[in-house]
Amino acid sequence: MDIAIKSKIVDNELDIEAIRKDFPILHTKVHGQQLIYFDNAATSQKPLAVINAIERYYRETNSNVHRGIHYLSNKATNEFEESRKVIAAHLNASHDEIIYTRGTTEAVNLVAFSFGEAFVKNGDEIIISQMEHHSNIVPWQMLCERKSAILKFIPITEKGELKMEEFKKLLSSKTKLVAVNHVSNTLGTINLVEEIIALAHANNTPVLLDGAQAVPHMKVDVKKLDVDFYCFSGHKLFGPTGIGVLYGKTQWLNQMPPYQGGGEMIKQVTLAKTTYNDAPLRFEAGTPNIEASIVLAKAIEYINKIGLDKIAKHEQDLLLYATGKLEKIEGLKIIGTAQHKTAVISFIVEGIHPSDIGILLDKQGVAVRTGHHCTQPLIDFYKIPGTVRASFAFYNTFEEIDVFEKALNKAISMLK
Amino acid sequence: MRIEETEQEIVEEFEVFPEWMEKYEHIIEIGNSVPKIDEKYKDEAHEIKGCQSKVWLHSELKEGHIFYTADSDAIITKGLVGLVIRVFSGHTPEEIIKADISFIDKIGLHEHLSPTRSNGLTAMIKQIKFDALAQQASIKK
Repeated sequence: MDIAIKSKIVDNELDIEAIRKDFPILHTKVHGQQLIYFDNAATSQKPLAVINAIERYYRETNSNVHRGIHYLSNKATNEFEESRKVIAAHLNASHDEIIYTRGTTEAVNLVAFSFGEAFVKNGDEIIISQMEHHSNIVPWQMLCERKSAILKFIPITEKGELKMEEFKKLLSSKTKLVAVNHVSNTLGTINLVEEIIALAHANNTPVLLDGAQAVPHMKVDVKKLDVDFYCFSGHKLFGPTGIGVLYGKTQWLNQMPPYQGGGEMIKQVTLAKTTYNDAPLRFEAGTPNIEASIVLAKAIEYINKIGLDKIAKHEQDLLLYATGKLEKIEGLKIIGTAQHKTAVISFIVEGIHPSDIGILLDKQGVAVRTGHHCTQPLIDFYKIPGTVRASFAFYNTFEEIDVFEKALNKAISMLK
Repeated sequence: MRIEETEQEIVEEFEVFPEWMEKYEHIIEIGNSVPKIDEKYKDEAHEIKGCQSKVWLHSELKEGHIFYTADSDAIITKGLVGLVIRVFSGHTPEEIIKADISFIDKIGLHEHLSPTRSNGLTAMIKQIKFDALAQQASIKK
């Protein structure tokens, strides 16, 4: 029987039982056990609205975009551009500020290259933080190496919050960009991005936010934030892999040189010289991932139908419930206890390696992630080999957390 | 005992445990009795890359036969390395190079064999085979 059906705690806002029916993979059996999927920060599962839209695209729409004289090409182009508008509306942006990328990683790389080419020179500084994902560290290291610029880090507290006083001290006339995550993938910390943006702007410095872990869990309004660049991945937002989004203010985008050369991104090409298209097409060289671009809008429409407010509330309830349970386990320490968190719990258990716990949880049907979660500098800060990370989505239930708690206790008793 | 015989012995040993829990409890037990590597060998040179946990492996050639000691900071990984050591230890480089490792499949641990698997059983076996090749070359010199 489905776990949700047995759920003792009925959520007042969301019909979790009905929602779970939208996600076929949640009904999978793993090693003979009902799957409990708590690896949502790595990737989310896909609702039927998304799965069916992928098939429908190839059955009814498939054609190349932006160059067609024929019916299907126009249809594909329309859907491709309509999706851009849905994404733009979701972020409260204009559609020409939305660039399709392969994911958050490519979006960050695009800005690191193109913004870097236009605005960063010898001796300039970029500020990131100690809690970044490698995808928001390495592109900046590469830029700094290319331009002989300097990378600065905002340090963090033991609880896993950015030290804002230290951030203020780092800002100077040399600071060309601040790039931090909106939400930490390892800790779940929701950073004080409004304050970061206000401080950076007071210093005339633009801000890039890595929103990969924020967009699936909360409403993001780029205009209200007044953020300069915002990136996220489709696959973490219940959409397909291979598609991501870079939001950029037009004033920046049209001052930045292209990231890649090819078709689509040009105004005119002669053998002597090429003039470039305006954003967003300037940054979309080659045939894009048309299917995933179109289907991403379906994922956004799906979560909007449920409501991000309700999603956030349910996830906060799950976080609270699970945190309470885990805190009672002897020797268990939660890594990341910020005041404002998304539904991510990283933890270690005294004397036990995280990977051992991960293997034994998997044997009991519980999917978590173990390791450094692509945040090695953060894990080094805590002087631990890694963490076990349970990350929830709105389709998770309280009863799943009960099963997880039992499975975890069993794993610990075997390993102690 | 020949390598295949040890493998067969392990397969029979695991047949007693049809339940995953007992199987893993046995692996943990093996982990606790792995011939322990000398602390001085727990360095970068002896570390097996490609594992989520740290694994160190040391080999020593004695009268044409290789003997292994190891350690890991994760107990299941240590158990897996313990199983592999039990199969290969005390054999000649040539025997080790030629040996297949079908026992892992037979005892239902094939999921640990995938090259991307974080506990890196594949990396361990590769390391052992490379090492045996090197030892063989040193004998021939």
